[in-house]
Amino acid sequence: MGRTYQDLLAAAREEIPEVQVAELADRLASDEAPLVIDVREQAEWDEGHVPGAVHVPRGYLESRIAGVARPNEPIVLLCAGGFRSLLAARNLREMGYDHVESLAGGFTRWKQAGNHYDVPQTLTAEQRARYSRHTLIPEVGEAGQLKLLGAKVLLIGAGGLGSPSAYYLAAAGVGTLGLVDDDVVDASNLQRQIIHTTDRVGMLKAESAKIAIEALNPDVTVNAHATRINRDNVLDIIADYDVIVDGADNFPTRYLLADASLMARKPLVHASILRFEGHASVFLPYDGPCYRCLFPEPPPPDLAPSCGEAGVLGVLCGVMGNIQANEAIKVILGIGDTLSGRLLVYDALGMSFTELKVRRDPNCPGCGPDAHLEFRDYDAWCAGIGRHVGAVQA
Amino acid sequence: MSTVRVPPVLRAAVGGVRELPVPGSTVAEVLQSLYAAHPEVRAQLVGDDGELHRFVNIYVNDEDVRLLGWLDTSVDDSDTLLILPAMAGGAR
Repeated sequence: MGRTYQDLLAAAREEIPEVQVAELADRLASDEAPLVIDVREQAEWDEGHVPGAVHVPRGYLESRIAGVARPNEPIVLLCAGGFRSLLAARNLREMGYDHVESLAGGFTRWKQAGNHYDVPQTLTAEQRARYSRHTLIPEVGEAGQLKLLGAKVLLIGAGGLGSPSAYYLAAAGVGTLGLVDDDVVDASNLQRQIIHTTDRVGMLKAESAKIAIEALNPDVTVNAHATRINRDNVLDIIADYDVIVDGADNFPTRYLLADASLMARKPLVHASILRFEGHASVFLPYDGPCYRCLFPEPPPPDLAPSCGEAGVLGVLCGVMGNIQANEAIKVILGIGDTLSGRLLVYDALGMSFTELKVRRDPNCPGCGPDAHLEFRDYDAWCAGIGRHVGAVQA
Repeated sequence: MSTVRVPPVLRAAVGGVRELPVPGSTVAEVLQSLYAAHPEVRAQLVGDDGELHRFVNIYVNDEDVRLLGWLDTSVDDSDTLLILPAMAGGAR
């Protein structure tokens, strides 16, 4: 005569000691913590589990237990309500695991009692599909994609460089993008600032870019900072981000960012463009050269025309902005060789890439040992007031 | 003759070319030859004290002359001398 489910449970209870939630919590905090094996299904585990527990779904328990536990080891099995674990424990007992117990009430009671539990980070089914070409790459994988989703990148400028870099970083699933730009979209921007559209002319660039990014990838949180970054707000703005991508259009902002990134020790991904020429580098504070190791001082305004004055090939922005996105992703993932210590010079007319060595300057006014890092009046300094008059001071 | 690569902001001063051959066996000599042929370049690179402006970087091949022999760095026909002022363009 067959036995009912209740009969099986009753028989198991006679064989298997049950441990209460409070007792398990105490034992886990002690020096003699048992091995906790969670026998629930993957989806249940993904929603949360006891910290330190090992996940072996019940269907695989007998086949995998040898790789997880020794027969004389104290083991507590748990499931959602305490029944599956009780029945599973009998099988382990039959296999010679003599110190196996079952958690009464299971994970449900553990959680109800207010105990801490871990929710593992995993990609959702939609994310697995969206980022599959990333997760296929061994250097990225699911762990790398989760890193990108957890990363926060601040883009200075939602213009020529910021458009492509923000677009690709958003597509790549960088979870938080900050966009700093106080300008509005102008028709003359659309030749290169591809994140904006004709029907958004007149809109704040930060807002226009936010619309484009949110349409592309709902995983990305966009913080639109429709303000001009200055010495009063820069440290507050950059504090929340892991990496700064510098696509500014003027020297005062670039030198401000160079100083602020050193103060806050944030990696700075640099690019600048003019006509057919682009520069790119990565500045890792105190770990490689900084912007001022490369360029201690800005050129005077007549030698530093803006793209608005001298022009720029639209496509060049795409090349250089995407190099920035590429480097930002490498910095986040900690893979490959970044442009730290190198300045990449791209000549779009000659179609040549030249690499120049950049070394930490022991006398650097930014990151040198004797540097007194403090914000200055960058507008006046870059305009050459008190500096480019007559001889340059050493 | 070394090859001198000219940044976009100086191209008007050398007749619009991106690079040009310039004689000289040191960086200083190459620059002097360049100034002699294109005096406007001198006005942009050199201050009233006759020294190169601090915002101008000069590279011989891929190395900054500040880390080589500065203006005495020797150059030959196989070398490229690159003049590099900072660029700011990005957004607008």
